[in-house]
Amino acid sequence: MKHIIYALVENKPGVLARISSLFSARGFNIDSLAVGETHDPTMSRVSLVVDAKEEKILDQIKKQLEKLVDVISVTDLTKKKFFERELILVKVKTNKMTKQKLETLVKKFSATILSYNEKAAVIEAIGEKKLLMELLDCLQPIGIEELVRTGRIAIAQ
Amino acid sequence: MKKTGAEIIVESLLKEGVRVLFGYPGGSVLPLTDALYDAPIDFILVRHEQAAAHAADGYARATGKVGVCMATSGPGATNLVTGLATAHMDSIPMVAITGQVNSTLIGNDAFQEADITGITRSITKHNYLVKDIAELASTIKEAFYIASTGRPGPVVIDVPVDIQKQSMEFNYPETIKMRSYNPEIALPMDQIKKAAKLIEKSKRPVVYAGGGIIISQAHDELLEFAVKINAPVTTTLMGLGGFPETNELALGMLGMHGTVYANHSIMESDLIIAVGARFDDRVTGRIDKFAPDAKVIHIDIDPTAISKNIRVDIPVICDAKQGLRALNKIVKRLETDAWLKKIHGWKTKAPLQYQTSGQKIRPQYVVEQIYKITKGDAIICTEVGQNQMWAAQYYNYTKPRTWISSGGLGTMGYGFPAAIGAKLGRPDKIVFDIAGDGSIQMNIQELATAVANKVNVKIAILNNGYLGMVRQWQELFYNRRYANTPITGPDFVKLAESYGAAGIRVKKKADVAAAIKQAIAIPNVVFLDFVVEPEENVFPMVPAGEAIDRMIGGMA
Repeated sequence: MKHIIYALVENKPGVLARISSLFSARGFNIDSLAVGETHDPTMSRVSLVVDAKEEKILDQIKKQLEKLVDVISVTDLTKKKFFERELILVKVKTNKMTKQKLETLVKKFSATILSYNEKAAVIEAIGEKKLLMELLDCLQPIGIEELVRTGRIAIAQ
Repeated sequence: MKKTGAEIIVESLLKEGVRVLFGYPGGSVLPLTDALYDAPIDFILVRHEQAAAHAADGYARATGKVGVCMATSGPGATNLVTGLATAHMDSIPMVAITGQVNSTLIGNDAFQEADITGITRSITKHNYLVKDIAELASTIKEAFYIASTGRPGPVVIDVPVDIQKQSMEFNYPETIKMRSYNPEIALPMDQIKKAAKLIEKSKRPVVYAGGGIIISQAHDELLEFAVKINAPVTTTLMGLGGFPETNELALGMLGMHGTVYANHSIMESDLIIAVGARFDDRVTGRIDKFAPDAKVIHIDIDPTAISKNIRVDIPVICDAKQGLRALNKIVKRLETDAWLKKIHGWKTKAPLQYQTSGQKIRPQYVVEQIYKITKGDAIICTEVGQNQMWAAQYYNYTKPRTWISSGGLGTMGYGFPAAIGAKLGRPDKIVFDIAGDGSIQMNIQELATAVANKVNVKIAILNNGYLGMVRQWQELFYNRRYANTPITGPDFVKLAESYGAAGIRVKKKADVAAAIKQAIAIPNVVFLDFVVEPEENVFPMVPAGEAIDRMIGGMA
């Protein structure tokens, strides 16, 4: 099962390396990872989506993270009410037929067309994972050339 | 007054009470080496940096203080790696100071550059690269604090050579507080009460005590606890010395080479009270068959140890000493007479034993004689392999910090440098390294260190001409194909003598005791070369992946 957890960490060099090497050394799987400074610039927040088949593994992931000296706290959002978002940038092929299609899709998914020319269009979309997956499914037949995603971030209600 | 970075390191070490440092100089620690020259700190010059790490570790295990070692950048630092991993696995408080190339050159593949903080990230409790002299003193304060509190462990401080040369006012922080690290854990009284309730109902309890007993100095509390509830106690390899093996409640060590009665007691118990132990795979054997009827209480300071391998019913996250002390106030004597009687039956039926007849020297006999002659009062260090297991089985440890061995990582070459560290920490004690002829050759260059510093350790080599433990596995599981396990070595007596140490070769069983006495009497480093039965095996033994009551050499 996928779990969204976040760690509040000291904003120091090497902290991200500590977290990623912990995951690789202990054989835990990370689906996505996003890091950024918090309102307090001495702290960063690391949002992680982890894949844990058993409760035991999730428990170990949380406790091992907490054990790292530079980690201030670890919160599991999975059992709480929370908002999660991810931002994606997609480049799709264009031809004479696509403009109309893209405009309809963008409206439906509250996305934005950042640029458009006769060869390609760049689209920005923000939302929950499910919504973004639907959008990508719709864009697939048009022809996705490139996709970049930020990883999921989340906040409790 | 301003001080250089190197002087700040020395002053900080003095503030932390460091009086012995194990190290090796080099280009990137020249300023520090120079500052140490006049300092009231004994600089023990090792002959290989790996030995510096193991000696600091042995010093820490023998004294309970933080062991300190030092090496230069690049190869010096990477040579510490095995020692750091060894200390990390066994939760040993250590601080390693490494030199680093000039901070402006970091990342440029400079001469003798290695990313030692990157390399040691997963084998240290924490590590630092100091890029600003203003953070040097506070970093050292933090390093000692982190190394010695909570579940202890090694901490690396990497200091670029230019930082060692810069100058700054020296202010050593008096106190320390870190928002991301707080080892002070409030006693979980609710869990302790729950544990006491569960204990009350037990008819077949076993106390399973690990290295946490030694670290938190909980040996008196453990003895009081066991006697109070009238429960048998088995110790892990790391826990040896935490409970007096001469006590009738003692079961000795459990696990792969544990006693038959310890393993059967665990398997048939209805309650395991684990204290400062971590259910290592060498202890549990096959997990799904482990102690099927037992509930588990687990007292440990490290939350990650809880339910990692074995499901725990009542976790009690706290210091072992405080936890046991709180339990001792509320627990009562249990009706365990029938249970103890059953265990006594196993003890009688399947004691630790080896062939005592004949004139050949059995390695177990050598260990027994060392025990008898030192009256159990020596510090015993070991290498890794058969020597380690015999030393664990045939010497009755009764006091904490008298057993020093690489448990988790199983590092061959550990024992000799660790013995040097232990002897420097406890000069009042007789210190033995029980070694194999394979292991001793891994750090044999430390003969020079021991002799030069008059560290009169006694090395008992159980010389069987094999890498014995691997040979034993080959005998049992690989059709006796002794691939690369017959091993040659030097003439250990002549070698010892060439270094200025003493050497004694013993070929007859009748000479063993006299040789040990002679070695203790000689005021020098002594190599005792015991030519032992080559194909002696360590029994009992649980084959890998088996339940721990399925022992070779167990009960018929």
